[in-house]
Amino acid sequence: MSTTTEPAAEAAPVKTGPGAHPPPGGRNRGKRQTVAVQQMAGWLFSTPFLVLFAVFMALPIVATLVMSFTDFGLRNVTDPFSAEFIGFENYTKLLDDEKFLKALFNTAYFVVVGVPLTVGLGLFVAVLLNNGIDRARTFFRVGFYAPVVTSIVAIAVVWRFVLDPSDGLIAGLASEVGLTSPDFLGSEALAMPSLIVMAVWRNLGTVMVLFIAGLQAIPPDVREAARLDGASTWQEFRRITVPLLRPTMLYTTVITTIGYLNVFEEPFVMTQGGPSDSTLTVSLSMYREGFNFFHMGYASAMAYVLFVVIMAITVLQLRLLKDNTK
Amino acid sequence: MSAARTTTPPPSAPTGPQDPKGPGWSGPRKGGGVPTSRGGRLRKPGVYVLLSVGLLVMVAPFLWMGLSAFKTDRDLTANPPVWIPTEWTLEHFGELLDRLDIPLYFFNSLTVAVLVTASNLVFCSMLGYALAKLRFGGRNKVFALVLGALMVPGNLMLLPLFVLMSKLQLIDSYAGLVLPFAAQAFGVFLMRQFMQSIPDELLEAARIDGAREWYIFWRIAMPLVKPALATLSILIFLGSWNNFVWPLIATNDPEKYTLPVALATFATDPNQSAGSNGMLMVGSLLIILPVLLVFIVLQRHFTQGLATTGMK
Repeated sequence: MSTTTEPAAEAAPVKTGPGAHPPPGGRNRGKRQTVAVQQMAGWLFSTPFLVLFAVFMALPIVATLVMSFTDFGLRNVTDPFSAEFIGFENYTKLLDDEKFLKALFNTAYFVVVGVPLTVGLGLFVAVLLNNGIDRARTFFRVGFYAPVVTSIVAIAVVWRFVLDPSDGLIAGLASEVGLTSPDFLGSEALAMPSLIVMAVWRNLGTVMVLFIAGLQAIPPDVREAARLDGASTWQEFRRITVPLLRPTMLYTTVITTIGYLNVFEEPFVMTQGGPSDSTLTVSLSMYREGFNFFHMGYASAMAYVLFVVIMAITVLQLRLLKDNTK
Repeated sequence: MSAARTTTPPPSAPTGPQDPKGPGWSGPRKGGGVPTSRGGRLRKPGVYVLLSVGLLVMVAPFLWMGLSAFKTDRDLTANPPVWIPTEWTLEHFGELLDRLDIPLYFFNSLTVAVLVTASNLVFCSMLGYALAKLRFGGRNKVFALVLGALMVPGNLMLLPLFVLMSKLQLIDSYAGLVLPFAAQAFGVFLMRQFMQSIPDELLEAARIDGAREWYIFWRIAMPLVKPALATLSILIFLGSWNNFVWPLIATNDPEKYTLPVALATFATDPNQSAGSNGMLMVGSLLIILPVLLVFIVLQRHFTQGLATTGMK
């Protein structure tokens, strides 16, 4: 520990500007006092956050890692330190666990289909709102953003009702044109696509708002210049809007991917992972192993596998998208 | 910009649409000075149609839910579906209130959300102020910690957090529901961004006058970032109101359920909720309606906060 803290303490006063090179003269003492006061105040102001962070975040993050190498079970909830170290056993077990592999596959499916749809549609709506509309812009923005601010539980309840094969909204509309509605959530092939559609519907607004902010940061004269040069709408979009929106695209893609890799609530409330585990995701299987069966060591290993995957994909995305801008 | 200039036709070039007197001239334009290029801007009626269709898809589930809460069972199962209830009824409201102690769950959700919001307002502002306006050794490290905390998925903490709360005997308590969310990294980030806009001279002047840091923070900085505080309270309150996973784990006793946990438990229990679509619609309406109303009134704050931090 001392090796990491010492350089910080040494380096700090040099970095802190005014105090580092005290000007000669009478005002020096006052300034230095301010620096000392700020030094202390800074740490005092940080304390509440740091304490809460240490207890409810840092400690659990480390504890999950430790637990993943143990046989942590129900009895260890009351007696955590009696859990036994079993090395990588949980991790090797994961490799043979067909359910977990299926959950990994399902999560990947959700991300690979869901992220491009969400980001693409979000961009599309943002461009429409930013280009063609001056009246009713707020009205549309509120409408598209509404699903973001509402409770997933309420949304899931409504969507279950909408998708219900016997008296749901879609079933009713289908029967009016002489079709029968498939059992969306009861079908192995359709359950996951249904959840993806729902997730896209729910998260579109977030992406849209970020893109609107990005679009509004593009200086209008750049567009005007393109227009004067006779660029078509499509050319303007391809050559001006898209390159200048790269940072926003990178950002929305990364946060949507992270969110979708963690997907839990949709399958939990809509399908409980079924039918036949077709909507079982990594987070859901971690929840089940941990809180239904109390295989908490095993569940911790799942949590860490997911965490590593998320980190790896995030780093990869940042690399790929950054290189593209050069 | 220079690239744009080189491709612009020189003034002596053959007349184009830009030349007011040339053959391309077709009278004064109505809007602005920018001529419509070939291909034109996006056509407005088309844009409106596209957006309206999209909007309809976005709000249809809400409309369906809102209207279904007032339908009789006959309308609920009608085929083809009935949008407007043929007969308006409050029977499902009564039914749901009989089955679930909605006022209690409402109270639980509200209490937790208010506590979480209050503590974040204080703690996130404090650290946000320190990171933006106080020069102290280790500031960059604390900020790096905040950024790091933003990136860690919440699911990673659930298992030990549950064990910890069990050991502290905080399962089924408000403290257990509030503490893990009492100081959120995204709030710190948001407050830091806004605190940075306060001019240093103002704080410096107060310091020269002998004001203490706490006084400067509380009496000078905080009043100046009121809009940010509004944004933060809305985002945190809403996040807490809608929070589902942690309350689900941290409560076993139905007495301490929050509204979403109570409704989800009811909805996923086939013994209870079979054939109770009406009740579920009422329950969803009760969860969504308060936030939807607040959101519609204060929507600018939502989108501002999101644009600043990228967090929901």
